[in-house]
Amino acid sequence: MRTDSAIVRKGLRILGMAIRTRPRPFAVSIVGACLYGGMTVAASVVIGRVTDRVIVPAFSTGAVGRGTLALAAAAILGVAVFKAVGIVLRRVGASIMQYQLHAEFRRRVTRRYLRLPLSWHSAHPTGELLSNANADVEAAFAPIAPLPMSAGVALMLLITGVLLVTTDPFLALIGFAVGPAIGLVNWRYNRRVQGPTTRAQQLRAEVSGIAHESFDGALVVKTLGRERQETDRFRASSEALRDQLVRLGRLRAVFDPLLEALPQLGVLAVLLVGTWRVAAGQLTQGGLVQFAYLFLQLAFPIRIIGYLLAELPRSVVGWERVERVLSATGEAAYPDPAPGGHAAATGPAHAALDDVTFRYTLDHGELHEVLRSVAFAAEPGRILALVGATGAGKSTIASLLVRLADPDEGAVRLDGRDVRTLPRGAVAREAAIVFQHTFLFDDTVRANVTLGAPFDEEDIWAALDLAQARGFVEALPAGLDTVIGERGTSLSGGQRQRLALARALVRRPRLLILDDATSSVDTAVESAILDGLRRAALPSTIVVVAYRRATIALADEIVFLAGGQVRARGRHAELLESHPAYARLVTAYDEEPAGAEAAELAS
Amino acid sequence: MSAARTAADPTPGPSPRGAWQTLVRGLRLSPELRRGLGLTLLLALVATSGRIVVPIAVQRTIDGGLLAEGGPDVAFVVRAVLAAAGVVVLASLAGGLMNARLASATETALSGLRVRTFRHVHDLSMLHQADEQRGSLVSRVTADVDTISQFMQWGGVVLLVNVGQLLLATVAMAVYSWQLTLVVVGTFLPLVLLLRWFQSRLSRAYDVVRVQVGRTLSAIAESVVGAPVIRAYGAEGRTDERVGEAVDRQYDASVHAVRIAAAMFSSGELFAAAATAGAVVVGVLLGLGGQLSAGRLIAFLFLVTLFVGPVQIATEVLDQAQTAIAGWRRILGVLDMPTDVADPALAGSDAVDIPPGPIAVRFEAVEFRYPGATAAALESVDVAIAAQRRVAVVGETGSGKTTFAKLLTRLMDPSAGRVLANGVPLDRVRFASLRRRIVMVPQDGFLFDTTVAENVRHGRPGIAEDEIALAFTELGLADWVEQLPHGLATRVGERGESLSVGERQLVALARAYVANPDLLVLDEATSAVDPATEVRLQRALEGLTRGRTAIAIAHRLSTAEAADEILVFDQGELVQRGSHVELVHAEGPYAGLHRSWARGRSPRAPAA
Repeated sequence: MRTDSAIVRKGLRILGMAIRTRPRPFAVSIVGACLYGGMTVAASVVIGRVTDRVIVPAFSTGAVGRGTLALAAAAILGVAVFKAVGIVLRRVGASIMQYQLHAEFRRRVTRRYLRLPLSWHSAHPTGELLSNANADVEAAFAPIAPLPMSAGVALMLLITGVLLVTTDPFLALIGFAVGPAIGLVNWRYNRRVQGPTTRAQQLRAEVSGIAHESFDGALVVKTLGRERQETDRFRASSEALRDQLVRLGRLRAVFDPLLEALPQLGVLAVLLVGTWRVAAGQLTQGGLVQFAYLFLQLAFPIRIIGYLLAELPRSVVGWERVERVLSATGEAAYPDPAPGGHAAATGPAHAALDDVTFRYTLDHGELHEVLRSVAFAAEPGRILALVGATGAGKSTIASLLVRLADPDEGAVRLDGRDVRTLPRGAVAREAAIVFQHTFLFDDTVRANVTLGAPFDEEDIWAALDLAQARGFVEALPAGLDTVIGERGTSLSGGQRQRLALARALVRRPRLLILDDATSSVDTAVESAILDGLRRAALPSTIVVVAYRRATIALADEIVFLAGGQVRARGRHAELLESHPAYARLVTAYDEEPAGAEAAELAS
Repeated sequence: MSAARTAADPTPGPSPRGAWQTLVRGLRLSPELRRGLGLTLLLALVATSGRIVVPIAVQRTIDGGLLAEGGPDVAFVVRAVLAAAGVVVLASLAGGLMNARLASATETALSGLRVRTFRHVHDLSMLHQADEQRGSLVSRVTADVDTISQFMQWGGVVLLVNVGQLLLATVAMAVYSWQLTLVVVGTFLPLVLLLRWFQSRLSRAYDVVRVQVGRTLSAIAESVVGAPVIRAYGAEGRTDERVGEAVDRQYDASVHAVRIAAAMFSSGELFAAAATAGAVVVGVLLGLGGQLSAGRLIAFLFLVTLFVGPVQIATEVLDQAQTAIAGWRRILGVLDMPTDVADPALAGSDAVDIPPGPIAVRFEAVEFRYPGATAAALESVDVAIAAQRRVAVVGETGSGKTTFAKLLTRLMDPSAGRVLANGVPLDRVRFASLRRRIVMVPQDGFLFDTTVAENVRHGRPGIAEDEIALAFTELGLADWVEQLPHGLATRVGERGESLSVGERQLVALARAYVANPDLLVLDEATSAVDPATEVRLQRALEGLTRGRTAIAIAHRLSTAEAADEILVFDQGELVQRGSHVELVHAEGPYAGLHRSWARGRSPRAPAA
């Protein structure tokens, strides 16, 4: 646990950094805040002067000069105009500063995401990464909003203190008692609500989590008749949230009226003491009115300082999370592109794994070896299938081939060159991978296929044809320009996979990797796709990860993996004959559900 | 991150009602909100008196104390100040009490509303629980209730106190001087209009901000969720541009909104000053005529400050109120959706149990039409399935086979005709009997984020741990449980995602097994699972279906082949029925389906 003062220091350092990077909007907001602070005091001084110079004389003498009256009105209005300008400068300046920092750090964080290796990505839950770029960035710079106002209030308090001391020591005593009392109560309040507020936020997330899960599983809930139990579960969580919110409400019920009563009592004290001082000839009526007025004006702004202090711990936590992303390392290194570039190779690629060993670190720090000394080559223009049980390392090989990760030992070679010696973007130009889990951008079909590369209509349709996607794309409301994804038309799993396939095919990759890429496609459609791939004059070497026998049978060569090692290589028919483990694996899927036989096979 | 509120509300509901009707209906549904509301309002009024008493004390001090005949009268001021202090203390107590009462009344009411809506969503038929509506249904019990809560606890309190303050301040002013009251009120009227104008611009600006925030979120999410694709396709630059564009737009929208807000808030200062200046000028002139005392005039200067706040805050709070009411309206919209597939036991009268024993099913002239659809999803289906048969239902996507399963389990009711289980129409069977005797295993084998054992326990609440273990053993899955890191106590993760697709199905099968239904409806998964798990699945299915009526929506040839009987659906009609051997040689869709399956299955020897 760090001490409060350490957190405050760290929080102020973050603010310091923010000020140094955005000095101009900060200066604007500080000027505005000081104008606001000064004018708030000035307004009370004007009211005091108007009392002494205009109101009291007018009422006692029964006469007033027109000029005096006009001057009083002008003074009141003039002060207000400056105060209004101050408010605008303060708010706009502070917000611009804050929003610029939000924008800058959102981009810096996402840029890191785009650079950091996929192993780093998979070690962090999606929700956490999203909140690093959003909620945490916002939390880090949350104190910027109350910062200038706090400075303005500090100035306001300083001027008030000086005025009080120079006007009357007894009034000063009231001021020095009430001001800090408000500050203290407010600070206590902010501290007391912090815990329950955080807890309420957690409970809110819990309520939402249960609702999400329960509605997601609505079919199970319904078919098992679990509605009552689910409702009980939800109720327990909802009532815990309710209790926390009621607790917060009660805290507010204690502190809010106190914060409201303190300045009011302060004003009453000013009236009492002031009258006595006026009677003693030490204070004018105007002086009394001025301070009574000022105390009421200060009551609210003074709370902002407590608010600023309350924001600091949140800011520190947010900033530390953002910093963790910004300082994360491990991105793949790319050599500088060769001067003049190297000649683009044509025709199918030669892809090989050269004694590749790959490990990753498990949650508890243990190393897990996914691949051990794996070596094989996919010959140009051939179709190679990776076959193996779950966890055999097939998908790892797929991602190594397109350099989504680098091996711990050995090398991945494309046309004989270690992929680590190729400049950034080179592998993506030569090779395309289609994943089992399809990802589509919230964009048009066209953009999802081209990803911004300049393909013409004909190329796109050719790719869609090959991916058996023409039919449904043509039926979409705006064809190629239909927006799909979150805010657009939703597609079925099979349709999504076919678009992902088209995305790869349109690039005419020299190496095409299909990582169980047709799992959601109907068997009939899948065989049409495979037929198409077999017949098409694609200049590709294809590496395919597959379970279905039809997909496997497409291959010219099979690499059979088990436990991260190559167990056998050869043609499907050969392996079926010569390798019982292989035969078991690929036939199991199509076996009759005859219990005894299947059980025997699996043992 | 909380669930983002969806701008467009896809939930169908009755016609939208006005704000007032929503409020009335909402209050009727939550009696906790109404109970003791009168006292709370009274307390609010008392709570405000603390603010009004200060200007009054100022007036008393000046007129009765400072400017008293024969010099300042300190004793009078002491009395006045003590009385005022008493009022302030009383007002504080009232304020505290009001806050506490409001908090507990609203939160209790809203928690009740949340739970009630949650239950109602579960009671809705599958038609209203479609995938694309799920997110918005979650918002109904989370974000929408939260907006009401926030409004009640913040805006609501502020509104109450401020309305009270305005009322009392106006009364105090009118008592002091009706002429000055006119000056002040007259000055603030244009402010009200101006603020309303600002407010409408501001809410439009905030709408734009909200949309842009959503875009930024989704652009950033793409860079995280789509990381493998972005990396593999070298799309980093393009993604970075998309994020940049979204971030910049959000920045522009936010700055635009803050400009309006700043102008709006500063305008209050100008009007307050105008009212103050007007009060000074008119007050002094009135005073010269002997119609006003100095204390009263100065009290006015204090009272004016009590006017700005409420007027300014009210516009903001009213806007918040609109958001809260919109949320409330959406919640009521869900509650008003009829539970079209309801438990007959709730209606009383003639609810029955399914007669004991293995279940025989009969469809009599069944037709089903999705609302708004022109074509029937299922038409004139007449079929009887004997007890303890194993039946496979096959057909292309959209053939009606899934609809058939949903009618069979009464997830929906037929538009015409009836579905009978052991001779009893399903819509007369009480849910307690229906859900116990007929169980469906859905395609995705959805699991809850808890342990394997707890998930199985959903099938039969209260079942002991060793019975769960026994169930896995009986299904031939003991070895699978053994190799889990913590056996039955292994947590399955969100939606069961720590397990593979096939393993999730294993748990779902065990869950159905302990439920021990007499009719089992299986919606087979389409996605491929790894062969070793596939073997386990087949073994478990064998154990699960033994001795029961089992109807499988088959996506696999092997399931169809192994069934006693196959029902073939095509374009909403039952077109073929018979055993595999009969159908494969008959003319019809099954032979075609079989050919395309077989092609995928036996690559070495393409089916002739």
